[in-house]
Amino acid sequence: MTHPHIMSAFDEELKYLTRRISEMGGLAEQMVADSVRALVNSDLGLAQKVISDDAILDDAERQIGEKAILTIAKRQPMASDLREIMGSIRIAADLERVGDLGKNTAKRVIAVAGSGIPRKLARGLEHLAELALVQLKEVLDVYASRSPEKANSIRERDEEIDAIYTSLFRELLTYMMEDPRNITPCTHLLFCAKNIERIGDHATNIAETIYYMATGAQPQGERPKDDTTATMGSVTE
Amino acid sequence: MNNMSATITTTISTKAPAMNQPKISARGVQVHYGDKHALKDVSIEIHPRSVTAFIGPSGCGKSTFLRCLNRMNDTIDICRVAGHIAIDGEDIYDPKVDPVQLRAKVGMVFQKPNPFPKTIYENVAYGPRIHGLAAKKADLDDIVASALQRAGLWNEVKDRLHAPGTGLSGGQQQRLCIARAVAVSPEVILMDEPCSALDPIATAKVEELIHELRENFTIVIVTHSMQQAARVSQRTAMFHLGNLVEVDDTDKIFTNPDDQRTQDYIMGRFG
Repeated sequence: MTHPHIMSAFDEELKYLTRRISEMGGLAEQMVADSVRALVNSDLGLAQKVISDDAILDDAERQIGEKAILTIAKRQPMASDLREIMGSIRIAADLERVGDLGKNTAKRVIAVAGSGIPRKLARGLEHLAELALVQLKEVLDVYASRSPEKANSIRERDEEIDAIYTSLFRELLTYMMEDPRNITPCTHLLFCAKNIERIGDHATNIAETIYYMATGAQPQGERPKDDTTATMGSVTE
Repeated sequence: MNNMSATITTTISTKAPAMNQPKISARGVQVHYGDKHALKDVSIEIHPRSVTAFIGPSGCGKSTFLRCLNRMNDTIDICRVAGHIAIDGEDIYDPKVDPVQLRAKVGMVFQKPNPFPKTIYENVAYGPRIHGLAAKKADLDDIVASALQRAGLWNEVKDRLHAPGTGLSGGQQQRLCIARAVAVSPEVILMDEPCSALDPIATAKVEELIHELRENFTIVIVTHSMQQAARVSQRTAMFHLGNLVEVDDTDKIFTNPDDQRTQDYIMGRFG
């Protein structure tokens, strides 16, 4: 159990960081969901909204960073307080990147909109996004609860996202080989899939940060990896 | 105090311990001030040539324990010390140990700089002279100069060695007191909140000095500043209500301590 600080203003500063991180998390989730919806529905208006929302996330990350620096300077935090503040900075940076990835997907909506996305591919992307969003949502819940066990279990589930990403990659290659006119939209979709897959990686980063914040130790063992696309299509395969 | 006393000679030998041997080893130390049980069964090993910080809230027993290490508590009538404290394996509470010799070996620097009302030179020369460390005036001059150099004060005072020590600034006075402690070639230096009366610049100079002195001395420092303990020490011991709560590497204590009381204390939380 944790006692409150003798200086109550210190508690307020830590609460501020927690609240702003949660807000960032909510917005990042929303942006990712919107960007994928805009992509599969060719909704340019929604894509535009995602692009403009990114500025809010950027501002929030800057403000969290500034507050964290100020708190370190004023309070000289120790032990779990220090980990809490350093963790906030890192999580804010991860969430800001998640927003960037959503924005990047939204930007590609315009390029893909003209050609229409085959139904099967759209489903695959939606499924990938669902999984990434579940990861993101759960990691934000773990941020609220600070449970190291749950943080570890999220870390282990990134595997599934990687596996689906790999199969989407394969499918997109097939479409491109079938008809060279598919190359432009499929390349955009490939980037979109990669964006979503990386959101899972950021969720994993956040889970590791939470684990460290809660325990003071780094999570044990290698991060699971099932993304084999780095060597796909090479002659040796 | 223990059954080894028969083998102990009056003066404490100056043989250097091996690096893996503790310089100071305390077992089951109990201190009473009259009815007050000030230290309860404290056992700790203090490593040679390193800085060990004692932290804890006021009245937790850290200064009391520090004062046990050179028998400063002997001077307090109502104070009773029990248990075993050895330096280089030799019991310092053995009746044959001369406390004056012990305090030459285990020097002390106090909270407020307390130079003698004498010249800068005499402040440092006093200890070596009474302990007969210098045969000639030239030897004494050398000891004084080297002690002042080690204390990082030489350049500031070399042109006014015969000015009164009390005329120096607070930070310089504290370094003069460190020079005075160093002059008798101690093996252990105890510091009881040495920077609490100093400004940040003087504090930084004393901390830099502690860092340098660590190469040759075993240093134990009591401090109320968590940041100071984190900056200067390699090991930190946390005291609370007369108990030694936790002792560990400083890096661990200030990032991830085991004990809840240590956590609450260093993070400034209600315990």
